[in-house]
Amino acid sequence: MLDTMWNWLHKLASPPMFYRFAGPAANGFGWLSLALLLPGIFLSLAGSPPDYQQGESVRIMYVHVPAAWLSMFVYMSMAGAAVVGLVWRIKVSHAFVRASAPIGAAFTFLALVTGSLWGKPMWGTWWIWDARLTSELILLFLYLGFVALQSAIEDRDTADRAGAILVLVGVVNIPIIHYSVEWWNTLHQGATVTKFDKPSIDWRMLLPLLLMAMSFTFYYASAALRRTRCEILERERNSEWVRELTGGIDAVQ
Amino acid sequence: MPFNEFLGMGGYGFYVWTSWALAFVVLIVNYIAPLRREKQLLRQFSRRERRRTQ
Repeated sequence: MLDTMWNWLHKLASPPMFYRFAGPAANGFGWLSLALLLPGIFLSLAGSPPDYQQGESVRIMYVHVPAAWLSMFVYMSMAGAAVVGLVWRIKVSHAFVRASAPIGAAFTFLALVTGSLWGKPMWGTWWIWDARLTSELILLFLYLGFVALQSAIEDRDTADRAGAILVLVGVVNIPIIHYSVEWWNTLHQGATVTKFDKPSIDWRMLLPLLLMAMSFTFYYASAALRRTRCEILERERNSEWVRELTGGIDAVQ
Repeated sequence: MPFNEFLGMGGYGFYVWTSWALAFVVLIVNYIAPLRREKQLLRQFSRRERRRTQ
């Protein structure tokens, strides 16, 4: 069992195999994401009660909280793939890291902007230099810094290694974001999405939150695989298999 | 619930709808970009192959 899994992973490390696998996998994840998104939207906007303190503005949270979770999840996935790329020198892994960065940046941007749109009516300000907001902004700069570094280095292998190291150094920011609301006296509220602690979140709010979060996670998987396919094609443009793939293809016209 | 009330979101309509609209735009754009890029790459490479075989 473990052997077959190892063999399968080993095969996936080859660019043409990964390319072939990523297409259908991206489609599967994409449909899963959409299937969760539709009930998620309905329950977020109409099927859940207004908050007793925030009123209807709580409906921003069903975008904001999943986006903020994903901003960290994408980063940790990149870090995991960066380690695999550095240690086992797997190019596909580096391609995946690079493919994830714009998506991570997008989720971070969404978390910041939706937070701002909630902060204006609730806190009375668009922005405050609070520990949670500042560390999340640093996360955005890490993503953008990674993208800038990638486009600044000409040599692919050097760019891959430098990028992976930047991602790994930046991991230190993730626990800072997570614990910022406990370590510092922040305006941003602490974690309240829990069933085990008081105040416990109402099921009617937890369900849309989880649906949106799972939908965003599958979206990330799908979009990242799509980007990885482009990344692999560009890296392998002169290889035999890409030539074969595109030799006399009329289907893609 | 009347539709106007739904759009109004208890006075927070602007903030709620801007948040959701932005989320959709960002997610959709981020998905369409690699789809188009891949098509473009495949087209570019198959042109190259055709030139080679001619």
